[in-house]
Formats: sequence, structure tokens, C-alpha cells
Amino acid sequence: MSTFKEIGTAARMAIFFWIACGLAYPLIFTGFAQVAFPDQANGSLVRNAQNQVIGSSLIGQKFTSVRYFHGRPSSIDYKAEASGASLLAPTNKVLIERVKADAAAFEAQNGTKPTIDLVTTPASGLDPHITPAGAAVQIARVSRARNLAPEQVRKLVSQYTEGRFLGIFGEPRVNVLALNLALDGIRQ
Amino acid sequence: MSEGLLQIGATLVLMVAIVPFFGAYMARVFQGQSTWLDAVFVPLEGLVFRLGGVEPERQMDWWEYARAVLVSNIAMFVPVFAVLLFQGSLPLNPNNIPGMSWDLALHTAISFLTNTNQQHYSGETGASHFAQMVCFQYLMFTSAATGLSVGIAFIRGVLGRPLGNFYVDLTRSISRVLMPVAGVFAVVLLSQGVPQSLSGIAEAGLVEPYQTTTDGKTETVTTQKLLTGPFASMESIKELGENGGGSYGINSAHPYENPNPLTNLLEILLLLAVPTSLIYTFGVMAGNTKQGWVLFGMIFLLFAGLTGTAAVSEYFGNPAVNALLGSANANFEGQEVRFGWAQSALYATATTSTMTGAVNAMHDSLTPLAGGVALFNMCLQVIWGGQGTGIAYILVFLIIAVFLTGLMVGRTPEIFGRKIEQREVALASIIFLVHPIIILIPTALAVGIPGIAANSNPLYHGLSQVLYEYASAAANNGSGFEGLGDNTPWWNLSASVVLLAGRYLPIVALLALAGGLQRKVPVPETPGTLRTDTVLFGTVTAGTIVILGALTFFPAFALGPIAEYFANLAGKTF
Repeated sequence: MSTFKEIGTAARMAIFFWIACGLAYPLIFTGFAQVAFPDQANGSLVRNAQNQVIGSSLIGQKFTSVRYFHGRPSSIDYKAEASGASLLAPTNKVLIERVKADAAAFEAQNGTKPTIDLVTTPASGLDPHITPAGAAVQIARVSRARNLAPEQVRKLVSQYTEGRFLGIFGEPRVNVLALNLALDGIRQ
Repeated sequence: MSEGLLQIGATLVLMVAIVPFFGAYMARVFQGQSTWLDAVFVPLEGLVFRLGGVEPERQMDWWEYARAVLVSNIAMFVPVFAVLLFQGSLPLNPNNIPGMSWDLALHTAISFLTNTNQQHYSGETGASHFAQMVCFQYLMFTSAATGLSVGIAFIRGVLGRPLGNFYVDLTRSISRVLMPVAGVFAVVLLSQGVPQSLSGIAEAGLVEPYQTTTDGKTETVTTQKLLTGPFASMESIKELGENGGGSYGINSAHPYENPNPLTNLLEILLLLAVPTSLIYTFGVMAGNTKQGWVLFGMIFLLFAGLTGTAAVSEYFGNPAVNALLGSANANFEGQEVRFGWAQSALYATATTSTMTGAVNAMHDSLTPLAGGVALFNMCLQVIWGGQGTGIAYILVFLIIAVFLTGLMVGRTPEIFGRKIEQREVALASIIFLVHPIIILIPTALAVGIPGIAANSNPLYHGLSQVLYEYASAAANNGSGFEGLGDNTPWWNLSASVVLLAGRYLPIVALLALAGGLQRKVPVPETPGTLRTDTVLFGTVTAGTIVILGALTFFPAFALGPIAEYFANLAGKTF
């Protein structure tokens, strides 16, 4: 085969797959997605009664008030336009100092020690979940701030606890945004 | 701990269950036998061959095959490099992302071309929707197909058959293996919440606005900017093709890329599917499935042992953090609640053993032993190994093991009826030695020249970060200890050299080795022939892999993960 022909074949095959895999496949798939799964395709957005977008059911938000359950600390403050993590090694003293400060702040606010998910930053900085234990240690504070019976809040937490997939895969978890929206929905 | 080990075990059972079916299917595809979608594929592939000027019946010799790999890969590089440079003024860029600097564009294009997907940019802020499609999704298919083709050609050569035609293998890899599987799983991932849109950022009004202080200025944040894109179609080929380049900077830890335990399970199975099944494919093509299972079993045991080590290490967590909280906890820094320690450890070993490089937890924050396992996987690069290249490297180790045992028992070493002579041993040694050379020498340079390594972590872990970066580039893996400040000309250019050397030197040597073996006159099997399909020989091969790999990298490991492990146990921080 001549060199010229070899290069010609390589170039034509490269262009063909550029069009097929790089353009046609994702564009056709986008068309399909927008028709078949428009909600998921556009980010699983959550809307309020006025139809305004108030978040995504998959993405965590920052909560600071004592009236709400708090998510995990985030190294990007839950700014979703640029995901990010602390990238600190287990032997880094910056990590240990941060955990110490966050644990002390939590104890001052809640009168009990935090669970580990509440003092470690997630990989994405956008973790929508806390562990059921991480929710349990906040129940007393939230029910006091809202003048609700702790039992009522506990019931709500267990209602919003998701289990493992097929009872095997992943970990039990509570979606903080969904739980807080449900709290706001309760009449006092 | 039992719930965690159960989910790891269940995933491994599913992984093994896929192998005979997918492996047999790939053997049919690459031996040109009929498969169930022939009615669609035969005319379609015929059209592709006519458009490309490919003569599908024409067999290539090894040098022709290697040239086709190199020239076609150069042709694929050109449009990708151009789009990355000029994405700022190209269409489908609703978030106004500017073009990349030349060194970043070069590194990124080479990284995706070599099936590595090491990313020195951050997905959501560094690449337009257009680039995510025509650069990344394009190369995710073609680079995976290139590797798969080389692996199949190598198998053919080792078995004494003609190597085949690169363009036919490339096309069949995409049309019959990668595209159908990736397409089906893209739908499942989409249904679970992985986005697929071409629109820009959606602003959400926060339920509770909050104050934030940056540089002494306090502002109130009232909205959250939710960024989506054509990502479900990328996610499935990212895993299946052992690519690993995330649509988002934080990869499969991002809730949009990996929303729940089901998607996590599927992603793990997808990224393991091709390299595990190819070992069985080899057995089928050799007409000796027992040989396939012996090789599979040997790699499986190594993989299970390393996964177990990483999982147990994550389970016992960080002693310094646990002392502060006064309770026993698994490691949680850099991990997501929906996955926890077990799925994080499993994903970390699966992605580094298969040269995928996608992550669902930050490897930089793994416990020292789990991070060390991830690093070790990339240094060995045969515990499953890359797309197509994995099985080829396993067979190279088999050749080295046959040679060593041949020396020990004083017999002429043979493999599959072909004598192993000087040329084969020389090429196998080159394939083995390229890897440590292009990892250890750049690492020594980067830590030796002051001011180059911009680490987020000091001392032992700092060395691990540099070592990890080059091991990941050399193995064409792509994951990272991401605290390394790596978007600088030094890192972009030095990693580019390592990426190219780690990809194309072994590919050319592999094809040369296959071509040489194929031309040899077969020697008939006698009762004196050393059998390679026995458990004993599998054990010898596994021992060869571990001893050669461990001896080569042990000094570097002693200064990095191992030293950090003991420091961590003693509760020391730096």
C-alpha cells in the first residue's frame, strides 16, 4: 500500500468516526433524552409551588440555620458550578485541625458529638445526603428550634431515609434538601 | 464490616457472571463469525469500509498494523487539538468557556487519544459542550477501539494466526462491542438522573440564602448554578472503554455523574467488563477455555486480595480523626454518603486495576494502604489492565514466566507451540521495562528540581502524589492524587511525554512480538512440553508478576504509601 493511500484511509476513517461517535451519537441521544426523560436529562430540578426552580434533588445545598438539618461541610460551599474536594491526605494536619474545629462547633450547637459524615468533606462538595445517624444527632436541635415534638421530627427523618439498593449495595442515607422541604411543609 | 464485604463480594460475583458471555461474544466478533445483529452491521460496516477505502479481506503484517495504528491516531489527534484550542469561538458553548492554553490542549488531546483521560482541566469549567462531544466522546470510542484492536491482533499473533486488518478491528470494536453496550447503558444512567442536555447553567433560588466571606468581603449567596450537558452518553463509554475522563471535574463522585448505588454498581461492572472478559476471549480463540480460566483465576485472586486490603484499610479509617471524635469510624474524607467506605474502596481498586481512572471518591484522601493499592495496580498494569492491552500484558508475563521456568528446568521454552528465543525475550523485556523507566525517572526529576511539584500535601504523601501522577500517565489510567497543582507547562508537557511513551512504545513492541511469533514454524506438542494451562503454572505466572512488579517499585513505595501508613498508625500529622 502506498504511503499516500495509507494516510488517506487513516484520515477518512478518523473523520467518519468523528462524525459518528462525536457528533451523531451524542446529538441523537440528546434528542431521545429530551423526549423520553426530560426531567432527568435537565438535572432533576426541584420546583416550588410557584414553579420556580429551587434546587436539584441530586445536588446538596448549604443550610446554616438551626431550624434546618445541616448537610456535610463542603470545600466549595456547595457552589455547583465547580465541583471540588479538600484533597487532604489522612496525615495532613490541616485536615485534623479542621475536623477538630468543626466538631467543637457542632458540639456547642447541639450538645452532642457529631457523626463522622458531619465533619468530613465529600468528594464532590455537593453531597446531597447525610447518614441516618448524622440526622439523628440533629433532631433535638431542629425540633427545639421549630417547637415540634422530637418524635414527630424523628418520624419524618425515617420517612426520608433511603435504604441500600436491593438491600445490598450502597449505604443508607437521608436527602437533606428533601427533608428540610418536608419540615417547612409541616404546620406548627 | 459484613455489610460492606457483602456488597463487594456480590459485585465480584456479577463481574464473573458476565465474563463467559461477553468474552465468547467478543471472540465471535473478532473471528468474523456471525453475531445476532449481522443484518444491521454487515451492510453498515461495508459502507464504512467503502468510505474509508479499506479492503477488509486484506491481512496486515505487524509493521503495517502498527503504522495503521500510529497514522490513524495522528489523524484523530488533529481535530481534537484544534477544537480544544478554539472552543471559545465554536458552537455549543452556552457557558462561555474559553479556549485552552496550548500546553493544556496538547496534554488533554494526548491524554484522551491514549485512552488515559488524565485531566489537568476541570470538566465543568474547562470544556464546552462541543468539546465534551467531538473531543472526548469521540476519542473515548476510538482510543478504546484502538486498544481493543491491538489486544486482539496480539492474541492472533501469539496463536500463530495472521494479525488481521486494523481498520476492520477498529470498526468492529466500535460497531459491535462499544457502541451497542454503551448506548444501552447510557439510557439506564439517564433514567437514574445523569443529565443529557445542550443548555447552559440553570439558576436555582436557594431555600436558605447564606453569607459567605471571601478576601474580607461578605456577600449573600442566593442562588445555586446547576450545570448540565450531554453527559449520559459520555458516562457509559467513559466506563466501558476504560477511559475515565469525567464530564465534571470531580468525576463519578459528582451526583450528576453517579447519582445512586445502582448507577455506581453499573459503572463498576461496565469498567470491568471488557478487560475481564477478554481473558476468556483469549481462551476461546485459543480453543482452550481452561487456559483462559487459569489466567482469569490468577488475576482474580490478585484483584480480590488487593480489593480486600483497600477495603479493610478504609474500614479502620483514620486513627487521628477517630481519636478526636472518640468513636471508631471508617474513613469518610473525600467520600460520598451514598457510597461509603466499601463502594469507595471497591471503585478505587476497580478503576486503577483496569486503567479506567474514573473515581467515585478522592484517592488523595484515601487511607495510606488503600491509596497504595491504587498506585500498585497502576504500577503492575496487568490486574485486569487496559482495554485490549491488559490481556496482551498478561500474555507477555506468561512468556516471561515460560522463559524463566524454561531456564530453571533446562528446557527450550515454548508457548502455544512456538519457541521463545532471543527476539521474543528482548521484546518482552522492553515491554516490561518501559513502564518503570517512564514512571521513576520523571518522578525523581519532579521531586528533585525545586519548585516544580506543587503539592497540597507535604512529605511522604507529597512524594506519593508525584509518583501517582506519572504512574497514572504511564499506565494510561488517568486517575490522580488530585491535590497536585498540575495545570502548569512542566506537568502538561512531562506528562504528555510519559503518556505517549506509555502508549505507543509498548503497542509497537507488542505487535512486533506478535508478528515474530506468528511467523515461527510450530513445534509439535510432546509429553515433555511445559503446559501453561495448569494451576501450578498460573501460580508461577502470578508470582512472576508480583515479584517483578514489587521489586521494581518497592523503594519508591517504601518512601511514599508505606512510610505514610506507619506515620498514620502512630497518629503523626505533617
